[in-house]
Amino acid sequence: MLTTIGKRLLTVLPTLIGVIIVTFLLTRALPGDPAAYFAGPAATKEAVEQIRVSLGLDRPLPEQFVRYVKDLGRGDLGNSLSTGRPVVTEIVSRLPASAELTLLGLILSMVIAVPLGILAAVKQGSWIDHTCRIVATAGVSLPVFFTGLLLVYIFYYILGWSPAPIGRLDAFTSAPPNITGFYLIDSLITGNFETFRASLSQLILPAFTLGIFSLAPIARMTRASMLAVLASEFVRTARASGLDNRTVIITYAFRNAMLPVVTTLGMVFSFLLGANVLVEKVFAWPGIGSYAVEALLQSDFAPVQGFVLTMAVMYVALNLLIDILYGVIDPRVRLEG
Amino acid sequence: MTETVSIAPAAAPKQSSNSVFSHAVYVVSENPVTGLAFGLFALIALCALIGPYIVPYDPLASDTAAALQAPSWKHWFGTDQLGRDIFSRVIVATRLDFIIAITSVALVFVMGGFAGIAAGFFGGWTDRVVSRLADTIMAFPLFVLAMGIVAALGNTVTNIVIATAIINFPLYVRVARAEANVRREAGFVQAARLSGNGDFRILLAHILPNIMPIMMVQISLTMGYAILNAAGLSFIGLGVKPPTPEWGIMVAEGAANIISGEWWIALFPGAALMIAVFTFNLLGDGLRDLVDPQRRT
Repeated sequence: MLTTIGKRLLTVLPTLIGVIIVTFLLTRALPGDPAAYFAGPAATKEAVEQIRVSLGLDRPLPEQFVRYVKDLGRGDLGNSLSTGRPVVTEIVSRLPASAELTLLGLILSMVIAVPLGILAAVKQGSWIDHTCRIVATAGVSLPVFFTGLLLVYIFYYILGWSPAPIGRLDAFTSAPPNITGFYLIDSLITGNFETFRASLSQLILPAFTLGIFSLAPIARMTRASMLAVLASEFVRTARASGLDNRTVIITYAFRNAMLPVVTTLGMVFSFLLGANVLVEKVFAWPGIGSYAVEALLQSDFAPVQGFVLTMAVMYVALNLLIDILYGVIDPRVRLEG
Repeated sequence: MTETVSIAPAAAPKQSSNSVFSHAVYVVSENPVTGLAFGLFALIALCALIGPYIVPYDPLASDTAAALQAPSWKHWFGTDQLGRDIFSRVIVATRLDFIIAITSVALVFVMGGFAGIAAGFFGGWTDRVVSRLADTIMAFPLFVLAMGIVAALGNTVTNIVIATAIINFPLYVRVARAEANVRREAGFVQAARLSGNGDFRILLAHILPNIMPIMMVQISLTMGYAILNAAGLSFIGLGVKPPTPEWGIMVAEGAANIISGEWWIALFPGAALMIAVFTFNLLGDGLRDLVDPQRRT
């Protein structure tokens, strides 16, 4: 098992190198002159030149690349041009907000999509099956920012059930002490149920928005793989041996059907991490997505570069985790590895 | 298995054109949703073609006296903060969104399609370079990469098209590569080679036409995604500049009014966006049933 993980870790290296090269090239292709921007509009030519030298922008590309990689090794992603603060600090402090939102969204969509897919497969052709199909097609067609606004209109403006979309907490509640950075967990640890309730009520709409978006691929995959498993011989044998329907579906079919679903999670994460940016914008969520969007509109490239790199590294790590998880669930993969 | 299915029409073109047509009629009649998708597609294409000439108001003309009006007989979809007619803006926007999607898909079809075919056909180094490139792109969450590309190349509509094309690149490479790979030793390829055709001629004149049906399905499936992606980018303020009517940016303009109850500003462009994406997704599924019945779900 450990050697399998070790081998899988090695395959990540070329991907990571590719990611770092791409993020490096992205900033060098930037049309604007960062030195001129940094110096400000009133700067003289000499001042711009001086900054160019101090930023290392006058050196040849390969040398700049080595410097970039060295900085990365020290955990330095550069400074934001507009605020002057280090990008790393900013991203680290905002990451828990994004992570809490994305994970809750994923959990919500799994909780809905997996049973829906199973029911659709077990009762093939029934109204549940048709609902599953409509939800799956509609889910991928809905622009995630549009779903978010629609939910805000219904649940905030018409029904008044949820608070205004203004971030992680309303103005009257103070943030819980920073332990994990996840407000839900931190407030539970400190026993502050008032904060827990407040942050959950802020979180639920954006998380649902993300959930609806990732519902479709998960439900579709669950249904398809459940159908394939239900038609297989070991399920027929189990039925023929007189096991009751519940045992056959949950113990025999479900566990085998979950494997392709776990694989799909990789793709789902790609969608989720991207959709996260849009949802954060709609709900004024103080995560890394909205940080990147603000920087992007001011042509402040260091935060954007740091954001793209962070997202890519997280995505690579998640895919690695999914692969390892796959080995844990399915002993056959372990043997082959 | 797909090989036999899609090679067959090339072998007997006359007979198959008839059977493809009857199969099309069968698919549409069996699944009316696909018929609906074709109808919606015709409507969208019509709006893109003649939309700007038939709308009742100038999409850019503001009329502050009539700002923020709810939908009525005069303004079907209501008016926005500047009193512009939303119905006119939604219809006129169709062309821009359609053009962005089509050009980006055409671009990636040329880039990804040829790279993929070459990778599958030649194998070796070509394959390694192309596959590594595709893998590197896939290592990013795609929308995030698109943001990075637009940030790097500059905030213009052209760059949105390029970014959308690049993030779809791996999908096209994958399909084209797999399809070209199965055919590299096929009978008709060997026959073409025996008759003295060079590699590039075989690629363009023999393999490409054979994998076109599968690629068409891919095009239709990615059109919806391309529209979503472009609208997402303009929603966060990239690419399209404010007075221009475009669905993504119109939703963004209406976002602030949602919490004060003016739902129509964001709803109608959002719904147009949704219908367009829905149409292309359904169309892709329908085309796939037509081209490759075995992959039906």
